[in-house]
Amino acid sequence: MSERPIPCSEAVRQLWHYLDNALSPEDQAKVDGHLAFCRRCCGELEFAKELQTFLASHAVEEIPSHVKERLERFVQEL
Amino acid sequence: MAEEVGKGVGGTTTQKEAFEAMALSQLPRLYSLARRLVGDGAEDLVQECLMRAYRSFDSLSEPDASGRWLQAILVNIFRDGLRKDARRVVEVPVDDIDEFSLYRTIADEDPLPYSDSLHLDFLLAFGREDVYEVLNRLSEIYRVPLVLRYIHGFATKEVARMLQAPLGTVLARLHRGRKLFERELWTYAQETDLLQGSEAR
Repeated sequence: MSERPIPCSEAVRQLWHYLDNALSPEDQAKVDGHLAFCRRCCGELEFAKELQTFLASHAVEEIPSHVKERLERFVQEL
Repeated sequence: MAEEVGKGVGGTTTQKEAFEAMALSQLPRLYSLARRLVGDGAEDLVQECLMRAYRSFDSLSEPDASGRWLQAILVNIFRDGLRKDARRVVEVPVDDIDEFSLYRTIADEDPLPYSDSLHLDFLLAFGREDVYEVLNRLSEIYRVPLVLRYIHGFATKEVARMLQAPLGTVLARLHRGRKLFERELWTYAQETDLLQGSEAR
């Protein structure tokens, strides 16, 4: 019994949910099936991973020193 | 408030000292989150968060989770502020963005012809301020779930709980938010000539 293949547009729409393991087992299998034969969507998947890593690398930014000093003083004066 | 909570090498640690140590260690992450949520109002938001956290410090049962605890308080305050200003909520029709693929656009337009890793090099051309600017172009209803899920690493269910929104709504906004973010990355790169000189090595 073979699953009906899904088109690229549907596979791409689901890629981030796929990476998040947020799809149902059936939908996960459909995306797996699509990725098994579609090189372009494998590229989309790799790029989605790169974009996620890129976003996660921006979690902490430097606090301007004058703001940092004010906030530290604020904490100490609570 | 100077309740004794433990003894270290140097003597007694009070609640106040424990809170101070915890809060100071979390300031960079807390401020980063606040800046992405409210921009210029970040300092006020962090201060409000610290005041509330100090008042309820006793309720923190797991010190290892203090970062998450503080961030959740900050998001709560932000969310309550959003409710008071419903005008800021702007939905974007999904058809407007669903067809856009940054991966394909980069491949088709080939903005870095000498690059061996075109897509990655495109992303690496964006500095911290560039990413901040691109995120700021998104409406709050898309930016906030995106920031919480993909920059600060909260699980999708946690994001839904923090924003008091149904999981399906958060998933839909994450999808649209990602599409909008991808499109704005491309638009921003074009408008600012960001890629000019990226290959000059």
